[in-house]
Amino acid sequence: MFPFMPDQAVSLRGLRKSFGAVQAVAGVDLDVADGEFFAMLGPSGSGKTTVLRMIAGFEAPTAGTVELGGRDVTRLAPFERDVNTVFQDYALFPHMSVLQNVEYGLRVKKVPRGPRRERALDALRSVRLEGFEGRRPAQLSGGQRQRVALARALVNRPRVLLLDEPLGALDLKLREEMQVELKAIQREVGITFLFVTHDQEEALTMSDRVAVFNQGRIEQVGTPAEIYERPATAFVAGFVGTSNLISGEAAVAVLGREGTYSVRPEKLRVVPGDGTPGPDEHSAAGTVREVVYAGPSTRFVVDLDAGGRLIALQQNLQVSSMDVMALRGARVTLAWHRRHEFPVAAPDPDPVAAGG
Amino acid sequence: MTTPVVAAGPRRRAAAFLHRHAGVRLSLLLSAPLAWLGLAYLGALAALFVTAFWSTDVFTGDVVRVFTWANFHDLVTGDVYRTVALRSVGVAVAVTAIDLVIAFPMAFAMAKVASPRAQRWLVILVLTPLWASYLVKAYAWRVMLSSDGVLGWGYGLTATILTLSYLWLPYMILPIYAGLERLPGSLLDAAGDLGARGWRTFRTVVWPLTFPAVVAGSIFTFSLSLGDYITVKIVGGKSQLIGNVVYDNIGAANNLPFAAAVATVPVVIMLVYLAAVRRTGALDNL
Repeated sequence: MFPFMPDQAVSLRGLRKSFGAVQAVAGVDLDVADGEFFAMLGPSGSGKTTVLRMIAGFEAPTAGTVELGGRDVTRLAPFERDVNTVFQDYALFPHMSVLQNVEYGLRVKKVPRGPRRERALDALRSVRLEGFEGRRPAQLSGGQRQRVALARALVNRPRVLLLDEPLGALDLKLREEMQVELKAIQREVGITFLFVTHDQEEALTMSDRVAVFNQGRIEQVGTPAEIYERPATAFVAGFVGTSNLISGEAAVAVLGREGTYSVRPEKLRVVPGDGTPGPDEHSAAGTVREVVYAGPSTRFVVDLDAGGRLIALQQNLQVSSMDVMALRGARVTLAWHRRHEFPVAAPDPDPVAAGG
Repeated sequence: MTTPVVAAGPRRRAAAFLHRHAGVRLSLLLSAPLAWLGLAYLGALAALFVTAFWSTDVFTGDVVRVFTWANFHDLVTGDVYRTVALRSVGVAVAVTAIDLVIAFPMAFAMAKVASPRAQRWLVILVLTPLWASYLVKAYAWRVMLSSDGVLGWGYGLTATILTLSYLWLPYMILPIYAGLERLPGSLLDAAGDLGARGWRTFRTVVWPLTFPAVVAGSIFTFSLSLGDYITVKIVGGKSQLIGNVVYDNIGAANNLPFAAAVATVPVVIMLVYLAAVRRTGALDNL
């Protein structure tokens, strides 16, 4: 290890987990820095939750190591690790009051009654739930339960807080509120947050860095902007945002190069007819196959003459729905700045056999 | 053209009527079970209570249908009956305790540790003894306990408790298993995550949440033990329980009213037990 390396809250090395013949995690290396808000993003079955459970200690890895704050905890039980978890179903103890739930971890650690009560009430205040101490979990709404779960974990001041799809069970409005609130709470307490989500928007809006999981492996780690603007693989390009790939013959015809390239839909300009591109632009002519009007913006699905299909997203700055709907079936040219196209690794034809 | 109207046949009209009248629907559904409950169950219980206040003619042995407290007077004043009643409760408590100690780890393994495949097999294993005849199982224990048997411990109270524990074990395992099945695994993870070791997790999370299921199971083992007389006859030796007193009064002594009076004792004990249990919310789990 380098002597000047900053403290790592979590370090995973060669982590693997098999359930029978199924390989859920197929070799994961990851470093999460102290105080980071870190997202593990991926579709269901991509291994992200299994990685989280191995960090918490609920699953023993088949191979590899888990380090927390530089200490190897691979073989330690959950109660021996300095992490706390916010569970997807919140896992509040139904027979205890809100206060008893929050106090549970402190009671186990034999914190005396006075400071215990004080810290628990503090934690409830930090999640804006003062006055709810006496309620049972069944008497709370989903959003309130979520916050009790958060307080119950935070009150122990763990080195790392693990969150398993923390907002998955909430409705859209509440989810957006909680995204902002979670971020604020994390900034306040300064604890490393490591959370699992399948919602790319959630990962992009909340995190400092994101790891994109696919089939038990990490495809890319980076800031939200890096992940979105420069996806390393076709999978990342497709999973984070809309997949807009130009590949094969189309790449040769349109860009004059071989390979697979990604362009984000909002970077495309839709020009009616056969427009000519600007000096630093690439362009491709095609036919509008579908027009999807979505209030503030409109999505155009365009079949390229060169082959393949691109989706273009346009702000409805001046046009009305009447104008854009008329474009269905029309000839258009899509133009974009060269700096907005990125080569990505082609989709892996057989990722399981590829070995790690 | 007019709007087509679906022909309103009698069946359709009846269905529509029932749809609109929820009360009629409910009483139709409940009439048969309520009649059964009223006649066969409460009726028999009422007959038992009435008979308990009658007596028998000493010479003819016929039932004399005249109200008397005599049976209950004998029951309360006779030391033998008090001893037998206390012994019966003791046996029922011991059987319930033994079954609980064996059933809880078994149910926990079935619900929370075993793979889904092993879980199915374990449920089948637990249920299989219920398909065999009660009598055969009791005799099997008699053979094992006899002085030249595998265990060779002889007959008596201990033999009765052992045999009854064996017989009623599935009735304890199944409610606890069902209770543990309903307990989300994430609660166990959460307790461990918050620093609790196995025993503490059991004491503060698992036990309080499965206690109603435990009580539900204990109602079975307790009441079945309290009323049993066949096992006692087969392996009990000289130790009589309430059931045997009832049985002997119906058979050998031909004193049905006194048998009825004795039979009210376990009924009263069970009512007291159920009243205590109702406060735990366990009856929601039956």
